[in-house]
Order: sequence, then structure tokens, then C-alpha cells
Amino acid sequence: MIQDTEIVDAARIVEFCQSLKDQGFERLASVTAVDRHPAEPRFEVVYHIHSIEHNQRRRLKCRIPSTPAEIDSVVSVWRSANWYEREVFDLFGISFRAHPDLRRIMLPDDWDGHPLRKDYPVHGHRYSYKDEEGAG
Amino acid sequence: MSDPEHLSETVTAALREAPAGEGGSARRMTLNMGPQHPSTHGVLRVMLELEGETIHTARLDIGFLHTGIEKEFEVKTWQQGVPLTDRVDYLACLSNNLCYALAIEKLLELEIPPKAQWMRVMLVELTRLNSHLVWLGTHALDVGAMSVFLYCMREREDILRIFEAFSGQRLMTSYIRIGGLALEPPRGWDQAVRRFIDAFPSKVDEYESLLTRNPIWLERTRGVAVVPVADLLDLGVTGPCIRAAGIGWDIRKSEPYSSYDKFDFEVPVAAEGDVYARYQVRVEEMRQSARIVKQALEGMPEGPWQADAPHVVLPDREKMKTQMEALIYHFKIVTEGFLVPQGEVYQTVESPRGELGYYVVSDGTARPFRVHMRTPSFGNLQGLPAMIEGRLLADTIAAMGSLDFVLGDVDR
Repeated sequence: MIQDTEIVDAARIVEFCQSLKDQGFERLASVTAVDRHPAEPRFEVVYHIHSIEHNQRRRLKCRIPSTPAEIDSVVSVWRSANWYEREVFDLFGISFRAHPDLRRIMLPDDWDGHPLRKDYPVHGHRYSYKDEEGAG
Repeated sequence: MSDPEHLSETVTAALREAPAGEGGSARRMTLNMGPQHPSTHGVLRVMLELEGETIHTARLDIGFLHTGIEKEFEVKTWQQGVPLTDRVDYLACLSNNLCYALAIEKLLELEIPPKAQWMRVMLVELTRLNSHLVWLGTHALDVGAMSVFLYCMREREDILRIFEAFSGQRLMTSYIRIGGLALEPPRGWDQAVRRFIDAFPSKVDEYESLLTRNPIWLERTRGVAVVPVADLLDLGVTGPCIRAAGIGWDIRKSEPYSSYDKFDFEVPVAAEGDVYARYQVRVEEMRQSARIVKQALEGMPEGPWQADAPHVVLPDREKMKTQMEALIYHFKIVTEGFLVPQGEVYQTVESPRGELGYYVVSDGTARPFRVHMRTPSFGNLQGLPAMIEGRLLADTIAAMGSLDFVLGDVDR
């Protein structure tokens, strides 16, 4: 069971993941993020990768600033990253460069804000759907 | 002609030969399956682009059941998070309870007494039976075998009664808590479980007699939704779907938790990777789970069912009302919770659907800084388009059933 974290330079994430995949880490278990607001660099993008063959797990972490909150997509390495990264994009507002289909996945397309950010309120958020306006 | 693969080819060939109207795309039709559709068992929208009855592309639209559970964790105390874990996957509540509890116990470095560990294993395996029974019943119902559903619900009812006896709840049990169990196991629990588990293997024979050699079932499931195993892994599919494609990976064996290493059971594997193989694997898993429950029942250790950690575990009611110290601990835990040391942990368990992982980050306070759930259904559902593209529309129903996803688990 892994507990230690490897900090990876965000600019090298794709290259690093590809080399791990070549070493037998055939699975990307999850991609998620942690918001350290108001600290800078604000976001941590966390990757859990797994090798069934070696029965080994590793946790990679990239630190990225609040502006621009961007990192390269690893979809080219593991296709499962597609939805995982879309979820992070939707809920944290982190963009993944070269992602084939970067859209919101959980929330409606016209949602305002990114709920898992620490500065997003837990309760009392007002919302309205575009479709409802003028539908009267 | 009845071979679906052959049929699919015939349809595609007929389309190709049909006189071109305004080019290829004009013959394509977009069909919206869902968000409300009986075979999605929840709210899932599948946008299918069809050429005749053949699926050209499938796109999925999820998020209809997103409730922001991960955000909610951040404003609850650690112990208050347990009921949230129930609500992620409503067919595998105890697996979620267990995964969350294990993650936090790892941060707290708590030692869980053997009785609690064994009790957890037993309940989690009953959960697996519960989930697989619902899967089998609804999957067979979708494909047209109606009676199986009634048989499965009959046994599921027994399991829910056992859950109710333990926790007072049938579905959202919240029975596995940080530091042990929520309540002392009820009087006579062993008889109730024994009565159920002694009869259960013969019930599995009954289901099998309805399906395993049923020609309609075979036609609908054999050779359907096959994807090379490397692609399945790449797409994030885990659990029985992977084992049905020839990889004997089970977290209970590869990274044992909660004393699973002390139990004797096998990990069923099939090679074909089709819907039928997934059926075979899950049915065999039910038999293996029954074995585990039986072993837990017979070898249940004596002793406490909660960790010796008064700052984490709520005191006994009797003590709370008679002893000052217990009263203080009770007051502290209920009002401000307990502190969890700074750190982060990724804990996985084998849920009925595959790899369930909780990534928990603590900043040393009484509330989680971040909880992320790596849910098996989310990963599994990503494999669906690859399974149905190029096949007949009717296969979508069989493929979706075989993935056994729970939309609450997908959307969180």
C-alpha cells in the first residue's frame, strides 16, 4: 500500500507517465486534485497509478499555480484519463492541455464556478439554468 | 441467421449496398437512450448514432445524480462522513463504509480488534451477495428472463433483514465506523446468518438452472461486448469485468485488508470477456462469498468489537451515564469530533463492482481536507462505448447490464 508521494514537475508529467507505463504500470486508477487555497502554487493534481503485474501502486503529484491552472493531459498515455480529467476540469477548473474532449462532465455546461474549489460556498449558492430564462 | 454477430454483419452489408441518398451520414440516425430508460437503472443518457440497427458511435452523458458528496465531506467531522459514504453506491454501502473507515484508521494508526475485522469481512461479503443479486435479477430482467428477478429479490430480502438486525437500517447501514462497528452485533445474529448462508448455495443453483443453459440467455450474452483486455485496463474498467477477460486481479488477494488473508477463497476467472463470461464470474463470486461468510461465521474471534481508542470511538451508553471520563469523551467526540494527524492515504477495497478507492487528505483538524472517491462504476462506464460500437442496438442492453454500474456511484 502506498503512502509516499512523488512530486513530479508539471511540465514533464506526460513524459514521466509514459515511462511508467512502459515499466508496466498499465492502469491509471484515478486523477484528482487538491485545492490549497490561498497558498501558491494553489492546486495539486494527484495521479494514482497501478501495476497489476508488479502489484504496485504509486502516487504522483504535480503542483500548479492558480493562473494559469493548466497541465498537460495524460489521455495519450491512458485513455481512462479522459473522464478523470474532465471531472477535475469540471469541479476544480483546471484545464488539461491537449485533452480530446474537455467539457464539464458532472455539472450542466452553463454552470458557474467550480464547486470543489475551497473558495466556492458549500451552501446558499444561487443558480439558474440558461434554458429556464425566457422559457417563462 | 440467429447468431448476433452474423446478423450485425448482414445489416451493415445491406446498408452499405443500399442506394446512397445524400451520402453516408444521411442514413445515420441519432437515438437518445435515456436519461430515463429502464435498463440504465438510474439516470444515464446514451446518445447513439445508428446505421440501421448498428451502433456507429455511442456517447455518454452523465452527472444527473451528482450531489457534491466530495464537497460535503469537507464540512463534516470525520465520523459524520460515514453516512455520506453509504449514499455513493446504494448497493454496496458497507463496502464504502469499510473503505472510508480503513483509510482514516490508517491515518490514525488504529488497531482494529480481530472480531471487528472478521465481522466487517462477513458483512462486506453479504453486501457483495446483495449487490450481485440485484445485478443478476435486473440484468436478466433487461434481457428478458423475468422470473430470475423474483428469485433474486427473495434472497436479497433475507440479506436486508440481516442488515436491519445489525444496524437498524436495510440499505444505508452506516454500520462500519471509524474504529470498529457502530453497535454491538445483535443477539442471535449468528443463527440468522447461518440460516441464510446454509441455504444460499442451493439458491445459486436455482438461478443457474434458469439461465446457465438457457438458449435465449446464451444467444443474448455470448460473444457480446467483447473488448481486448488491454483496452479494458486502459479504459479504467475493474472488477468482475476484468476477471471475465482473463486477469485474476482481486484486491482482496493482491492487497489484503481487514484480515482477508486469513480466509480461504478463490478468485473466479473466465477467458472469453463477453457478457456471458461476466455472468459466470459473478455467479461463481457469489458461491465464493458464501464460503467466506461461512468461514467468518465459524471462526469468529471473541473479544471487543471496537478499537481501544476512547478519543475516537463513542463510549458505551452505560459508562457514559455513570463515568465522568466516558461522559467527557462522549461530549468531545459529538461536539467537536476528533483530530486526525496530517497526511494522506489512498485506500482501496474490492467492491462488488471493482476497485473502490478513497483518497483522503487530512490537514490535522477535525474535518477532512479532501476526500476523493475513485468509484468503480465511473471507471467501468467509460468502457461502455468500446463495447457497443459496431454492434446491434439490442446488445447495448446486455452490455450495460453486464457492467453492473450504479449511477449514484458514477456521479457522486
